[in-house]
Amino acid sequence: MKKVFINGCGVISAQNTFDNSKFLEEVITYNDRVIPVINPVYKDYISGGAARRMALGVKMGVVASNIAMKEAQLENVDAIITGTGMGCLIDSEKFLSKLIDNKEEFLTPTSFIQSTHNTVGGQIALGIQCKGYNFTYVHSGASFESALLDAQLQLTLGEEENILVGGVDENAPHTVKIHQLIGFVKEENTDTSSLLESNTSGAIFGEGAGFFMLSTKQQESSYAQVIAVETLNTLSKENLENKIVAFLEENGSNVSEIDAVVLGNNGDVDFDGYYNLLSEGIFANTQQVYYKHLSGEYNTASSFAFWLGGKILKTQSIPEVVKLNQKKTSALKTILLYNQYRGENHSFTLLKQC
Amino acid sequence: MSKGVAITGMGIISAIGNNVEENYNSLISGNKGIYRISKLDTIHKNAIMVGEITLTNKELEEQLGIPLNNNYSRTALLGLVAAKEAIANANILDITAHKTGLISATSVGGMDMTEKYYYDYLESDANRKYIEGHHAGDSTQKIAEELGIKESLVTTISTACSSAANAIMYGARLIKAGKLDRVVVGGADCLSKFTINGFKTLMILSDTYNTPFDENRKGLNLGEAAAFLVLESDAIVEKENKKVLAYVKGYGNANDAYHQTASSENGDGATLAMQKALKVANIKADAIDYINAHGTATGNNDLSEGRAILRVFKNAVPDFSSTKPYTGHTLAAAGGIEAVYSILALQNNVIFPNLNFKTPMKEFAITPQKELKEKELNTVLSNSLGFGGNCSTVIFSK
Repeated sequence: MKKVFINGCGVISAQNTFDNSKFLEEVITYNDRVIPVINPVYKDYISGGAARRMALGVKMGVVASNIAMKEAQLENVDAIITGTGMGCLIDSEKFLSKLIDNKEEFLTPTSFIQSTHNTVGGQIALGIQCKGYNFTYVHSGASFESALLDAQLQLTLGEEENILVGGVDENAPHTVKIHQLIGFVKEENTDTSSLLESNTSGAIFGEGAGFFMLSTKQQESSYAQVIAVETLNTLSKENLENKIVAFLEENGSNVSEIDAVVLGNNGDVDFDGYYNLLSEGIFANTQQVYYKHLSGEYNTASSFAFWLGGKILKTQSIPEVVKLNQKKTSALKTILLYNQYRGENHSFTLLKQC
Repeated sequence: MSKGVAITGMGIISAIGNNVEENYNSLISGNKGIYRISKLDTIHKNAIMVGEITLTNKELEEQLGIPLNNNYSRTALLGLVAAKEAIANANILDITAHKTGLISATSVGGMDMTEKYYYDYLESDANRKYIEGHHAGDSTQKIAEELGIKESLVTTISTACSSAANAIMYGARLIKAGKLDRVVVGGADCLSKFTINGFKTLMILSDTYNTPFDENRKGLNLGEAAAFLVLESDAIVEKENKKVLAYVKGYGNANDAYHQTASSENGDGATLAMQKALKVANIKADAIDYINAHGTATGNNDLSEGRAILRVFKNAVPDFSSTKPYTGHTLAAAGGIEAVYSILALQNNVIFPNLNFKTPMKEFAITPQKELKEKELNTVLSNSLGFGGNCSTVIFSK
């Protein structure tokens, strides 16, 4: 079994995360229900023409992957595996609203072409001329972890050496609006700095892209080692702790070995119970970390957590702004990430210091 | 030599039948399921032909016995019908007896309901239950729940027209790696105005029956379908003395990296996918007895795929045919239904005809199998090629 290392990261989010030399030194707080990403200057990475043609999600994906590959000092990869919960929403909405408004007349193909879920993966492949394995997972809150699991499987079995893995989701106006109507988005503007005290239903919707170079070879740029990933379509609160204990055991670890646990709390009183159970239960004495007050909630927001975990292990530091409690940690060696969305699609990811 | 990953069950619903048996009967009788559209109100209804499943949503709901106040998209309904048949076919009585996962595939997801109620959602709460059902993973979650798959690996793949082939491939890899003991793999896509209009703007919809690999082909017919296979580990097969329908022997996935929607002229991606699949299967090209081609009947696909077949098989191209004239192009489900057809071909030693074929293409000398042909088949190769340059090949064997 080969080891798997994170050798490069490219993260575009509601914070300044695309600059890999920084680590949340300056944090932006929002008072909103939906938050956008901080856009890098896209034409620093791709041609101005391409930047104008691409919808945000595609642009974020292409540029995030570009940043990750550069950091890992790679110009090509063996495979590209993308996760996206909602796909290319902006173009889907564009095409669909025109279709309805114009009663199926006067439609042009551009937005339809860009609307398919695998557009981002396809465009990355096209850009770097990668003819290798190319998959797109579209499974709600477990989209990114599905991609990660696939990559980890291929790398550990020695089938490939360098795989680009990422998660990407974009906000689109109509989708946001209708998700407000069913209470998935918070009803009131909420201050992100006190997200977990909001005591209201729904989440602050966000968007972003997180792409990572995973490799079987450790190098100077390596962030961490990916030990294991597991996704579960359902999980009851009663079984949560047992499942985590079993997951850790299967992977040669245990609760006391976890130096920090990164939790996906999004301030939704209806579903944060899962996380609270852990922070008050088996991880009560563990350093707890949260991040959705920085990233917002989107189906692939856990790619932000993956970056955060890697960055913590690499820098051996935890920014105050993500600390959910204060525990003394001598060395940061092992980190567990746990996420779920609306009580479904639970995922555990185990990272270790290189 | 490894036989591959065992397939112990299959289920299907398509324009030519609501189960495996009906599909097989249509295939051997040459009955196509291509007609004018009846269930969607589109201005293109007289300009296109489609492979529509005859059952209405209401009939599907009744057959499945799901409550009236459900929020199933048609994709989810079709998917559940096929997945249930596959489970029954595999004679699975207790799904929790082994570590069982589900890998489904879809391109439209719940788009049929979204396009129906897009603005209505803003006005009234009557149909808002469908908002949650839009995303591509929803039908998969529903199928998993109905099958009783809990606390397990469940995911969805969307790589356009190669999606279900990729689901089969990933499932086979998970079994091989010992991550799962059993996995249900396949895909579902229903017809929607979104896809009809999308393909219309690309000008690749035929106004008559689709004619794959024909010089005068005019484009594709869209179709709707769902199909699932049950894959099980050798250990289960041995322990439970299970009947194996066929094996997933090889698989390959590659990207054409040429254009977002068009295939490269020489079929680089398809060539790579077939070569990789042969390598995984550890067989030479001459071991393939029949190719179930992607063959959508668009100008671009058939030329590109034909050239790729020639590059892989040189002057010894095996019998090949596209079954799209029967079902239409069922997008994300295509790789699933064609997997079922490949298995049926193996089980019955029969090659299904490439209906509607008249004139050979002038770019190459190969022509598809026109008539039903009985022949001992041991190994069948199935191609699925899609938007985004996604190319997939799965090899099935006895």
